Amino acid sequence: MAVGSYAARYLPKLPSGRNTPPKSKRKVVVVTFGGGARDEETFAPGGQENIPELLHTLIPQATFFTRVMNRGILGHYVATASLATGVYERFNNFAAVCPQNPTVFEYFRKDRRRPASDAWVVAPSNGFNRIGESDNSSYGSGFGAGVVLPKLLLAQFLAGKDQSFYQHLLRDNYEAPFYTPALAGNDLDLNELGETLQLSLRDFSQHGVQLTSPDELSVFVALRIMQHYAPSMLWITLHDIDVAHAGAFSLYIDGIRRSDRLCRQIWDEIQSNPEYAGKTTLFIAPDFGRDGDDTVGGNGFQHHRTGDIASRTTWMMVLGLGVRENVVVDRLVQSIDLAPTLGAICGFTAQMSHGAPLPEVT
Amino acid sequence: MQPSKIKAADFGHYPPLARQLAIENLGILRQLSLVLAPLLLQEVSAYDWKFPAERQEIDAQFSYLGSLTPQELRDIMKPFAAIQVSSVLSDIDWITYPQVFSEQLSAALWATGQVEAFREASIQYVNAYHRLHPPLSPPVPRLTMVIIGQGVTIASFPLFRKLRPYGVYYSAIQPTNGRESLVRALTARANAHPMAYGHWCVDGGEPNEPVATGVTSISYGGLKKLRLAVVEKMRTLGRESGGPEGLQKMMRELDPSQFKDTDDATDPVMSRFRLSIFSEGSGTQFYSTTFAEWTARELFRRAQPLSALIRFAPRQVQLSFDEMILDQNGVVAVDPQGSLMDADIGAFYIWLNQRRLPENEKSVFLGWFEDHPEAVMIAPHGSPGTESHEQVSLDELLRSAV
Repeated sequence: MAVGSYAARYLPKLPSGRNTPPKSKRKVVVVTFGGGARDEETFAPGGQENIPELLHTLIPQATFFTRVMNRGILGHYVATASLATGVYERFNNFAAVCPQNPTVFEYFRKDRRRPASDAWVVAPSNGFNRIGESDNSSYGSGFGAGVVLPKLLLAQFLAGKDQSFYQHLLRDNYEAPFYTPALAGNDLDLNELGETLQLSLRDFSQHGVQLTSPDELSVFVALRIMQHYAPSMLWITLHDIDVAHAGAFSLYIDGIRRSDRLCRQIWDEIQSNPEYAGKTTLFIAPDFGRDGDDTVGGNGFQHHRTGDIASRTTWMMVLGLGVRENVVVDRLVQSIDLAPTLGAICGFTAQMSHGAPLPEVT
Repeated sequence: MQPSKIKAADFGHYPPLARQLAIENLGILRQLSLVLAPLLLQEVSAYDWKFPAERQEIDAQFSYLGSLTPQELRDIMKPFAAIQVSSVLSDIDWITYPQVFSEQLSAALWATGQVEAFREASIQYVNAYHRLHPPLSPPVPRLTMVIIGQGVTIASFPLFRKLRPYGVYYSAIQPTNGRESLVRALTARANAHPMAYGHWCVDGGEPNEPVATGVTSISYGGLKKLRLAVVEKMRTLGRESGGPEGLQKMMRELDPSQFKDTDDATDPVMSRFRLSIFSEGSGTQFYSTTFAEWTARELFRRAQPLSALIRFAPRQVQLSFDEMILDQNGVVAVDPQGSLMDADIGAFYIWLNQRRLPENEKSVFLGWFEDHPEAVMIAPHGSPGTESHEQVSLDELLRSAV
């Protein structure tokens, strides 16, 4: 079944509104795949076997945008920051810098006067450490999200201990595997966080056996955050797919299949956790695609360097509260539309965003 | 510096053939836009280490540019001239360091949103050039043979799915001595159509005896010393580089003279090519499947071979990069099923690369599941998207196609 074929099953089910909680009670969870996945390996006919959960469980409950264009820089940190600000950020992807424009976390916390514990980011690598807060003078310091780098959390528990058993969970950036940016600007107290989340080395020991990847670790920590803080805004960035940069197709496919399973796990938590059930809208979107097979100058799935249409175009699904089920939207939208859309749902205005709210889900 | 100011003395540090070429074409270089001149010089500066097909391409570009009237040349340069270049970029000594200019231009194009404009300008330029200088035809139709699945007993997924729509899928190949058949075919072509760097054998496993005179051989196992030396460089440079761009630049600047103990440098063209596989490729340092695919991609793009035999072998299992970079000497388990999936898409990409070369419609491509009866052949006479269940040997298959 091709992506667009869902259009034939267009079954608008408008929310009644009577049972919709006020915006002040609504929650959003955003899951991005930092490590774009192409249509060929996901929603195109040859790729559907890799995404059984997205295809059979989540899409039937979702409004699905088939053409999401990213016109910005195709590096994972800068692109994810662009999703969070609604502006195509132009900073060096590998620099340890803040976004230049306010993030949704700042809009949300300032406009809605929410405490720090109500907005969280779970991010895959050190490079994402500054994503929670911009350096915009009207927002910035004090209004951002708490950024949790699960690997850092794990590394703290492992300090002075044998780390060999956990090496597979400590992988960093696949785009630049030999470089780890210095951490700066995130004052999260890891000890306190670990205590609050009731995490211990024993926890990691017990779960580490089953956790086969950094993304599994991220979701493990994200679920703990949901259970202990129940934030209204939670942003989870998965990254295993980006192993594609090493050129091994099977590992890239493993990453997609894992992301598919983890999205289902997050959705199940939303459905079963009383703090989230019936109050939450879930967004799932790759940050961008990867190079097309036919693009001269690229090497297909391996990188996202050519800026071709395949690397710029991806999809987004939205499900949960206030979202019509089994609806396909084929019009072209932009990845920077996400930030104002979150604003429309959560009751803030992403005033500096260059995107537009998506009326199909707001 | 603007191209109009270029002088012959500026090329004093270029290798001999590159210097001569640049000086001979000084008049043309002076008329190019600031965006295009450094990119062309990037190719010229490495002329001495280019394959014959690449040299022909550079020569033809100068021939094309030299055939244009001044007005035509200005028209061709217009889209490049419209790209805004900062003074930081124009101040780079791009004659001496065209690679540095190229990298910084690329970053600037992304940052200023001019990537699309540059892509369009490049496509227009290449199309205009090819209209007057069509690519050279090969003396015989090309033959590419890809062997996948070494060490796999049963494939856990249908093979050659991406290739089947373009050719004939065979389910009853007689696999006995299949590899020997393909090596024989390669050798016969190398003998019948001798051509420098025209016939290649790429092996993702251990090295075999040299295939034949006239066949250029390269293997993952055979380059182990060089590969480990490059990984060691990555380890040390990674700490000094200050970031990924810095590391990439340092890796690209590696010179074969730094690896004398680990690589036979009797052929400077091949010496640079071998090093580039590890210093410019991503993942080639650790995964043999990536090595085989990337090497094939590069040799098709650069050497434009008449014949190629590429064999995939099992790669190591996935480990963290830290683990891989710290210990490449230990014994590591292999992942045959994952490697088969890598090789299956690798075969498709190799065919795509063959398809980009001139007179592709006459080319022959064969993919074979090693020691098994499955194969796919894409050839002029085959009916795309069909299947054959007839018992046939690889010898017979090749005879019928070539």
